[in-house]
Amino acid sequence: MIGVISYLVFFSTIASILAIAVLGLNLQWGNTGLFNGGVAAFFGAGAYGMILLGGSAQPDRIGGFDLFYPLALIGGMLITGVLACVVGMLTLRLRHDYLAIATFGVAVAFENVVRNAEGLTGGAKGMRGFVRPFEAAVGNPFWFNILYFIFVVAALVAVYLFLEKLIRSPFGRLLRAIREDETAAQSLGKNPSRIRLTAFVTGSIIMGLAGGLYGTFYAFVSPQDVLPSLTFQIWAMLIVGGAGNNRGAIAGAFLIWAAWTASGWVLSRVAPVDVQIYLGTLQFILIGTIIVGMLMWRPQGLMPEKLVLSQSGDYPPGE
Amino acid sequence: MIQYLVDGVLVGSILSLGAIGLTMVMHMLRFANFSHAELLSIGAYSALVFDGVFSAVLPQISASIGPLSLTWALLLSIVLAMAMTGLSAVIIDWLIFKRIRDKGDALSMVFASFGVALIIRNVIALIFGLKTHLYTQDIVFAVVISRDPLLMVKPDQVFGLFAALVIMLVLHYLLSRTTFGYALRAVAENPSLAQVSGIRLSRVVAITWIIGGALAAAAGVFYGLNNQISPVIGKDLVLPIFAATIVGGIGSVYGAVLGGFIVGIAASMALLILPSGYSPAVPFLIIMAVLLIRPNGLFGEART
Repeated sequence: MIGVISYLVFFSTIASILAIAVLGLNLQWGNTGLFNGGVAAFFGAGAYGMILLGGSAQPDRIGGFDLFYPLALIGGMLITGVLACVVGMLTLRLRHDYLAIATFGVAVAFENVVRNAEGLTGGAKGMRGFVRPFEAAVGNPFWFNILYFIFVVAALVAVYLFLEKLIRSPFGRLLRAIREDETAAQSLGKNPSRIRLTAFVTGSIIMGLAGGLYGTFYAFVSPQDVLPSLTFQIWAMLIVGGAGNNRGAIAGAFLIWAAWTASGWVLSRVAPVDVQIYLGTLQFILIGTIIVGMLMWRPQGLMPEKLVLSQSGDYPPGE
Repeated sequence: MIQYLVDGVLVGSILSLGAIGLTMVMHMLRFANFSHAELLSIGAYSALVFDGVFSAVLPQISASIGPLSLTWALLLSIVLAMAMTGLSAVIIDWLIFKRIRDKGDALSMVFASFGVALIIRNVIALIFGLKTHLYTQDIVFAVVISRDPLLMVKPDQVFGLFAALVIMLVLHYLLSRTTFGYALRAVAENPSLAQVSGIRLSRVVAITWIIGGALAAAAGVFYGLNNQISPVIGKDLVLPIFAATIVGGIGSVYGAVLGGFIVGIAASMALLILPSGYSPAVPFLIIMAVLLIRPNGLFGEART
């Protein structure tokens, strides 16, 4: 029984962390219409940044500032924000293809750098030396995981409430206005590039938060955690859940993560040993098929975007 | 130094071939196709299959041509692979992209192209295995062209370069001298007006895919001839090919040719200053530099 509970806690912790990243992507893609091909890089920047700032000093690399945990987490988010800001400033005034290509390039370059810059990121061995806060105080790993799960859920709820408030605010209205008709928004004196940049950076910082929480959970991060496959998983979660709908985004994260782990488990049990090396291959075909299939048959996702009326509803409809 | 330059030119010709097709599709259908590089894989593997069939059925044509490791069988296979890949591109468009294009926006297309790339890459891995393949087991030694400065080139690479140039020249005539070339430009400029003038849109789109697929197949075989054939060809080349189209300006065929050579040479020259582990990141730096200095590329026009 305790085994089942601890597995469920483990599963839900990871799914909740990924759900935070999906919410960040939803702000960019669902609400603003920005294509982010490099989710893994922004997620990774948060994770690497957090461990770099909050970990203890290591003999073979720089960093390890032993910063107070909340500061390290926020620091990781800030590093992500700076990265997003640089990419966004160069690409957001151009046609959307450029953002897709540049963000995809960021992910390739990010993985490449963390794999090679051993003095900064530990290279392929990954980055250790982070001590999870309160772990020693709690003592029991089972209870620690439950407490950490509660912390992650609190972060997820906070991000959800923040985004719900944001999309109902005048700023959220602006995002949808730009997504639907940029010229019209411009004619009302709005500056689409700047607003898109704000949305892009905010969404990326949320992904950085998810990365930081992920790094905290494992107290470790390596190039294996920032592979392009992460980007594809997070996209699939959003498109299945429903772009533009925050609740859908969270549901999609749990659903796809369940499908991913279940398919891995089933294949590893059922498939013969010589087929096992193709486990990842089969899972990628699954993810690719989900993405293409959803776009072809149900592009609005399981929970479509709801029309948000951001004015107070005292007036009867039509007035 | 000169060795890096020559290597860059040889790689550049492969990137150019890939970038031409990509830029044509991006110009006409207005979406960044992340599955284009997978067409190189399809081409490389189709040629492998055809070559295997020819060697089994007609062993007399599987002798090497002169100093090349290339055989007549493989040469014939390249032509067939080009046709096969062009056809695959049309089928993929008809099965997937066309349906999404008809109802979705450009963003969905970009997104779908990632899904298509994932499917193609992993289905290839499933069929042919994760291991690498070679067209020939013979070891082809590089020929020393000069000793000081040291310059070595493999005969196959030179063949690839010349074949690429010939293909580009043929394409140049096709685009600038035939009615189809005009139709292509008309559709890219203004699809509705082109249709009013009696151009069949679906036909022009199909021919664009065929050209793009055929060129990608040639690039894939030349890449496989100089390196190895593996399911990750597309994954490794997608960013350099995009960099080439951005350097040249999206939509410009001649820009893509030049962009391919520029990216190839720059990536090769970067080895002089950067450790080789960082070379996959070089195309990204090139993209960023172009966006900073000349966002529309060398020959591109601003278009939203």
